[in-house]
Amino acid sequence: MDFKFKNKKVSGILTILPKRVVTFEEEMGNYNFPEKKSLRLKKVMGYNTHRVAAEGQCSSDFCIAGLQYLFDNNLLNKDEIDALLFVSQSPDYFMPPTSNLIQGHFGLKHDMICLDINQGCAGFEIGLIQAFMLLEQESVHKVVLMNADVLSPKVSIHDRNSKPLIGDAAAVTIVEKGNDDKEIFCSVNMDGTGAKSLMIPAGGFRMPCTEETAVEHEDEAGNLRSLNNLVMQGDDVFNFVQREVPPMISHLLERSGFSVEDIDWFMFHQPNKFMLNKLADAIGVPYEKMPSNIVENFGNASGVTVPTTISYNLGERLEKESFKVCMAGFGVGLTWSSIMMEMGSLKFNKIIEF
Amino acid sequence: MKEKIVEILTELRPEFDFTEEVNFIEEGMLDSFDIVSLVDELETNFNVKIDGVDIIPENFSSIDSIETLLKKNGVA
Repeated sequence: MDFKFKNKKVSGILTILPKRVVTFEEEMGNYNFPEKKSLRLKKVMGYNTHRVAAEGQCSSDFCIAGLQYLFDNNLLNKDEIDALLFVSQSPDYFMPPTSNLIQGHFGLKHDMICLDINQGCAGFEIGLIQAFMLLEQESVHKVVLMNADVLSPKVSIHDRNSKPLIGDAAAVTIVEKGNDDKEIFCSVNMDGTGAKSLMIPAGGFRMPCTEETAVEHEDEAGNLRSLNNLVMQGDDVFNFVQREVPPMISHLLERSGFSVEDIDWFMFHQPNKFMLNKLADAIGVPYEKMPSNIVENFGNASGVTVPTTISYNLGERLEKESFKVCMAGFGVGLTWSSIMMEMGSLKFNKIIEF
Repeated sequence: MKEKIVEILTELRPEFDFTEEVNFIEEGMLDSFDIVSLVDELETNFNVKIDGVDIIPENFSSIDSIETLLKKNGVA
């Protein structure tokens, strides 16, 4: 599905990372594989270190820390927030919405909308599109988009499929009305027939957590995990991404009238370096235009990887310069989404630790 | 080309005999991470880029299928 917007802008991005750094080597002994094989995988997939939340830290804690930083540094005014979007797969509770909890924590005005969105790897694009839609309303001038996930407690330490790549993080992105009538091109696609390719089977209403769901089983590849853990059908996800993402980007470029050469940066979700390089090859993007250094330094924090990529690779440059940016996310759902827009002159674009 | 493919596979999983005419995937001789490592080794050794859409288990089930894949991606 195609969307197009005008007079909207991203005016600030703040990425919040846990302080705790865990290395691949520290966890390698937990996997049921020879060391040589694991190290080979480390090289090909680009695993190195990832950031992991401290015990008890939830997604909302990182969002609150980020918002507090913005308020304290006069980068955001509480009274200006018309909408608070929380995009995550790790809410504090089933009910109430985490966005309402954050609103309550800061005592924000009542004349606003709080919205939780259950999305993962495409969560930044889905969140931005939702923000753009809200900004079409006369009453909405500024939207705070919070992407956050603390999924590491849900991944088995014996799962070499997922444990080395998973990272915890949050990002707070300010989206507001702008005077620039340059078009923003967006694309959203979903395929629920593949919904179980990435899931946490137990813990919801369909299959509550019990002693039985906590028992670990070994899969065909030698990974150990329980039904309480995140499970990823890696082959299915890889194949879906390689099949669906390149045509989506071609279509987005065609609509926008730009070529690959016209785009300054391809800021894509980063599941692993291997998958990202294969995508770059398929789309014809030089690797230097598609940074792949987030999963190796911080891990894959689902919807937070794209804002982290922007903060880490462009930093203050995006406060002074402007770039044509193509963003894409793909994963749980299955969902694949992309946005092509001019981004620049941000009020802030940085990373803090919490 | 076949000898080199066998050599790479044997280095990857020395516990198996890849000269046997069996389905490497069905027999559990290669898992998905072996395939990723294999692609990396094949690309380095044959100086080729394997298309992402071709990285499916069927294309790594035998020496012949790997050879066909390499030829499709430009190895003479």
